[in-house]
Amino acid sequence: MAKGLTKAFKKALWVYHCNSGSCNGCDIEIIAALCPRYDVERFGIKLVGSPRHADALLVTGPVTRQMEDKVKRIYEQMPDPKAVICVGNCGNTGDVFYESYNLVGPIDNIIPVDVHVIGCPPRPEAIINAVAKAWVKLETLEAK
Amino acid sequence: MTPEATTKTTYQLPIGPIHPALKEPVAFEFEIDGERIVDVNVSLGQVHRSVEWAGMRRNPIQILYLAERICGICSYCHPMAFALAVERVAGIEVPERADYLRVIQAELERICSHILWAGVAAHEIGFDSVLFLTWQIREKALDLTEYLTGNRVTKAITMIGGVRRDVTKDMVPKVTETLNYFKDNFEKLRHIFLDDKTFKMRSQGVGILTKEDALRLCACGPTTRASGVKKDVRLDQPYFAFGDLDFDYVTPDVLTGEVNGDVYDRIIVRLLEVKQSIDLIEQCLDKMPAGDIASEPKIPKLLATLKKAKGEGIGRMEAPRGEVFHYVKLDENECPYSWKVRAPTYNNVMPWIPMLRGEQIADIPIVAASTDPCMSCTNRVAVVDNGKKYVLDKEELHRLSVEKTRRLMA
Repeated sequence: MAKGLTKAFKKALWVYHCNSGSCNGCDIEIIAALCPRYDVERFGIKLVGSPRHADALLVTGPVTRQMEDKVKRIYEQMPDPKAVICVGNCGNTGDVFYESYNLVGPIDNIIPVDVHVIGCPPRPEAIINAVAKAWVKLETLEAK
Repeated sequence: MTPEATTKTTYQLPIGPIHPALKEPVAFEFEIDGERIVDVNVSLGQVHRSVEWAGMRRNPIQILYLAERICGICSYCHPMAFALAVERVAGIEVPERADYLRVIQAELERICSHILWAGVAAHEIGFDSVLFLTWQIREKALDLTEYLTGNRVTKAITMIGGVRRDVTKDMVPKVTETLNYFKDNFEKLRHIFLDDKTFKMRSQGVGILTKEDALRLCACGPTTRASGVKKDVRLDQPYFAFGDLDFDYVTPDVLTGEVNGDVYDRIIVRLLEVKQSIDLIEQCLDKMPAGDIASEPKIPKLLATLKKAKGEGIGRMEAPRGEVFHYVKLDENECPYSWKVRAPTYNNVMPWIPMLRGEQIADIPIVAASTDPCMSCTNRVAVVDNGKKYVLDKEELHRLSVEKTRRLMA
């Protein structure tokens, strides 16, 4: 578990997943993290259907022009305090699509990102680690 | 009151591009009358990343890695179809062993993809325990993929003129062990998906695609086979080593004796194809000859050959979702002159309209999921107007298409 995280979590962490034009690779790894092998629900991490219920936002994909305003709106709909996790190389740097004319990413250009997860796609373990890091941020904010 | 006065007007229901029921961005506009769907409009383009445009600025080896990232689930068939096209242009002979290795990878991907789909389908009808069960089985397939290729999702196994990794003798026991695990669990899955009351209620007679519609709209892959159309690139135009292997078209009448073209039939086809893929991998392990795994292992030498190549080539492959089609034109340059991808979902989007018309709102997720749509493969076309608005105008596209044909012919 990530450094700084208390042994007993104060509350469950609800996550909203937003695909901003990804290739599915990261998305299936996120779902794999929810499934029995990795089973993040035992820590209280759960995917929710609305950004208004979420504590953390998982963004995958390099953010295409059509999705830019949608990503922004989802971020604005989330209640504070919130954390943003960018999953996958293409959201972080553009990766193989870096020169594309239809990208507005990296995601940093659009919304503030707290945790960057590198990998194409990252393994489920890396995604779980990132969520735990976001958790630390939220718990630190709460302590202040 | 006259009957006309009480007639309710229909209303619009927009769904997407971001919606919890959709795993990928795609926007639907439904016209609803009460609970019934009267009409459907699909708008695509949210995942357009200009892959082909970028490809025309890279050399064929670099494109393999770009093609792999067209879609995370079909991350084998896209680069492979591209490699097939390039091999055809450059006249590269693929060693026989590599052909068999390519079949093993292709069928392993099909198993992964179909089991993944089964889980998503279960999730769409609210049967989450089955989602977890199927994805638990899928993890075994991913373990095997990782063992054979080094990666779970993007495999990087393709090379023009062969593959990059061999399946050696000491790797075979692990492969057979995993295949046996699938066989042991296949009966369990079959029982859940085909005999369970919930599944039958939600899938039988829902989202019907008739054989005529399937032919008219050029549906492909399991979607068309579930409507009784015998179409499979592996058999119609054998590539790799499929010509030497013993298998047949999977249509639902193999199991039930009749073809309805509903969601239930699509489940049957995909389940039987998992079994078929297991069998094909076993046949490959038996028949695989010894030899090289790539025609030219040195990449700079291979690139030099490709730089001299000139001509057009087509790569066709039966991806888990249907026929994937890559067109490549090389003209003695480092980068290809043209590269065009046609992913299977492109054909399988149109059948949504007859499938969804007349169904209930609650059936939208399972019917849409039943074609196993893959938006990241599909979003190829976007026309920018005033830098803001996205227009997919048929005439305009046709004009551009004619112009492109002329340019290519010149």
